[in-house]
Amino acid sequence: MLGKLDWSAIPFDQPIPLVAGAIVLVAILGVLAWVVVKGHLPYLWHEWITSVDHKRIGVMYILLASVMLLRGGSDAIMMRIQQAVAYQSQGYLPPEHYNQIFSAHGTIMIFFVAMPFVIGLMNLVVPLQLGVRDVAFPTLNSVGFWLTATGALLVNMSLVIGEFARTGWLAFPPLSELSYSPGVGVDYYAWSLQISGVGTLVAGINLVTTVLKLRTKGMNYLRMPMFCWTTLASNLLIVAAFPILTATLAMLLLDRYLGFHFFTNEAGGNVMMFMNLIWAWGHPEVYILVLPAFGIFSEVVSTFSGKALFGYRSMVLATMAICVISFMVWLHHFFTMGAGPDVNAIFGIASMIIAIPTGVKIYNWLFTMYGGRIRFATPMLWSVGFMVTFIIGGLTGVLLAVPPADFVLHNSMFLVAHFHNVIIGGVLFGAFAGFEYWFPKAFGFRLDERWGKAAFWFTFVGFFVTFMPLYIVGMLGMTRRMQHYDVAAWRPWMIVAAIGMAVLTIGVICQIVQLVVSIRNREALRDRTGDPWDGRSLEWATSSPPPVFNFAFNPDVRGEDAYWDMKARAQQQSLEHDKREYRDIEMPRNSPTGFVCAFFATIMGFALIWHIWWMVILGGLGAWATFVVFAWRDHDEYVIPAEEVAAVDRVNLEERRSLVSMAGTV
Amino acid sequence: MAMIATAGHAQADPHHIGVVIEHPGPAPKRIVTAYGFWIFLLSDIVMFSCFFAAYAVLAGQTAGGPKGSEIFEQRNVAIETVCLLLSSFTCGMASIAADMRNRFWFYLGMSVTCALGLIFLAIEFREFADLVARGFGPSRSAFLTAFFSLVGCHGLHVSAGVLWLLTMMAQVFAKGFRADVLRRVMCFALFWHALDIVWVGVFSVVYLLGSGA
Repeated sequence: MLGKLDWSAIPFDQPIPLVAGAIVLVAILGVLAWVVVKGHLPYLWHEWITSVDHKRIGVMYILLASVMLLRGGSDAIMMRIQQAVAYQSQGYLPPEHYNQIFSAHGTIMIFFVAMPFVIGLMNLVVPLQLGVRDVAFPTLNSVGFWLTATGALLVNMSLVIGEFARTGWLAFPPLSELSYSPGVGVDYYAWSLQISGVGTLVAGINLVTTVLKLRTKGMNYLRMPMFCWTTLASNLLIVAAFPILTATLAMLLLDRYLGFHFFTNEAGGNVMMFMNLIWAWGHPEVYILVLPAFGIFSEVVSTFSGKALFGYRSMVLATMAICVISFMVWLHHFFTMGAGPDVNAIFGIASMIIAIPTGVKIYNWLFTMYGGRIRFATPMLWSVGFMVTFIIGGLTGVLLAVPPADFVLHNSMFLVAHFHNVIIGGVLFGAFAGFEYWFPKAFGFRLDERWGKAAFWFTFVGFFVTFMPLYIVGMLGMTRRMQHYDVAAWRPWMIVAAIGMAVLTIGVICQIVQLVVSIRNREALRDRTGDPWDGRSLEWATSSPPPVFNFAFNPDVRGEDAYWDMKARAQQQSLEHDKREYRDIEMPRNSPTGFVCAFFATIMGFALIWHIWWMVILGGLGAWATFVVFAWRDHDEYVIPAEEVAAVDRVNLEERRSLVSMAGTV
Repeated sequence: MAMIATAGHAQADPHHIGVVIEHPGPAPKRIVTAYGFWIFLLSDIVMFSCFFAAYAVLAGQTAGGPKGSEIFEQRNVAIETVCLLLSSFTCGMASIAADMRNRFWFYLGMSVTCALGLIFLAIEFREFADLVARGFGPSRSAFLTAFFSLVGCHGLHVSAGVLWLLTMMAQVFAKGFRADVLRRVMCFALFWHALDIVWVGVFSVVYLLGSGA
């Protein structure tokens, strides 16, 4: 009846996951109770859960990422404490628990923090920057988000019900095969990634189509803001790479569930095929994450330097070059597995070549700042901090791309330091820069600058104190994923790293405090102009938060830096604007399809993990029925009458004009 | 087309070289839908290519079990191929009928497509069942694993296509040739033709090359 599920799945003997799970459960139930008692449920349902508005979905993606960042961060803290105390002792974590923690940390940070964060920002911003009303497929967008949430939910369920994979974040076979991992850990891993992977693919298709087919009038390719370009590149990579992950995990699951022999040790299975397939996805994945961050830095650096982006066209070329080359370097992840010197040399050179377009980008940002009037607001701090940090990470990356050096350093803490260096210094700093930069656009008030700067400095310093020691222990020969060790020379560095982790944690706390303080002071921080940073692209042309239809009139773009251009011509305030006639606007209607679909997907995923076959069928039928019901509805759009559009737009216009006239008198 | 070459607007671009082709604005819904679906199909083909790659790697790993030439039946595969290629033709006829708003020919075209798809699936199912009964199931060797997965993945897609086809017939029956229904019919047709292309790959890589070896 319940497959493999019974009471032994609950780890009553392990206090840490049980207590953590209990706290989370109480927190969730508390929030739910509060929502129901206060009567917020209808609001949540109508305005958020069933919303197909790209801005709302973007915000929900970022919320999911932030919550999961705390989960993945707790895992990181536990690991750093373990390695600090586990010198000639077992530490405080049993080995099988420690193995689950580092696997969960990697999986969560990549799939449920970095991915949702960048997809959330892209969702929020790209349609606004392109001057359009929504993404290409709004309901599908909601489906994509909720499926991602399903994956995150399944990973967290593994904390209390059953176990998570003990295989590392990529579940290499044969360790992840049934004979070596008979528990449900790998199944939790694989099904949560399969389900959220579908969500990611949907988001990718949506954003590619949006950028290529929905741009407003006059928004030629070479007038698009840089963030749109990097979004396009990143989502092209999603569309090309995520099916590889889907296929690879499907093969692994077939091995585990039906006794197939793709990657097994016996009957002709080939483990190296898994390495090739997973890294053919995994390497582009790195650039799926970091390219949008590059786009954010381009926007931020240009805005806060008060200058057009230096070398716009070379930036576009660099972006697309990275997009293509990132697919040709996957083999550098297994230089040491006997491919031979010729193959290694070719892939080593290809890997180093990526440093060229990346270098082009760094110089372009520097030249954008050169001669500009730089304002060091929080987003700018994250961007400059990124440039310093990322260059170190990039250089160690080039070092690892030298096959002989890689033979010494692979699988060591040096590698761990390298990829945290690029992913934290690149993706996470980018995500935070974007968060600070676009927060006023999403919510209509700015974030507190003092707490924001404190958060930056603690994170920045904490990052270096945590990860520079890892480079050193890596060169001293410490391998990754160590549960305990006996080498005295490593000990001091592990303690320094743990201290760094504490500093990083203060940075995270600052960010939470910043959010709370800013919400409290929101009236003082209110942004009435819609353009708090003196921005250059179209998202600043509308009010903050933007109306559901984004723009009363489809903007007509005349050049690069579209909104800067409009401001220069004073077009927004001109009489020409008043003469235009408002029209009715059709918008897609809300739909619970995404939520219901994810509900059934959760049931199906959980049932598959525990081999509860009747429930699998139930979940599958439910998901299919949801789509048929969705396809059957007759009215998928509603009309916002012209008068309402006019009323909303006039308020926005008045605010802007009054501000301009104030600026004139000062 | 609404693309106009202008020089006036172009002055705002500092890096402007030559004539700028003005972007006319958002594409119509039909184009957007088809475009998005094409991108999905491309991603699906990437997924198939992984199974093709796995098959290419594992085709020789028979682990003492049968080789391809010992289990493939040319006649069955020929019938399957004819069914699928014909169904692509009838699917095309149904698409034309939908464009002409002709219900009778639409239902007829879709029904024949469905029947041909089901025949294809029945033959494939019989082939699989027969192999399993002889002890040559997917867990016998890595070669059979790759064979069952690649061909089965295509078969699963055809099954999903049949389900979708029936849903589309029901939609036309209930809603008529509404714009959104027509867009879905168009996507279905793209899907069905793409499956045909994948089958040509399966036919060549698995059955033709395999029968010779």
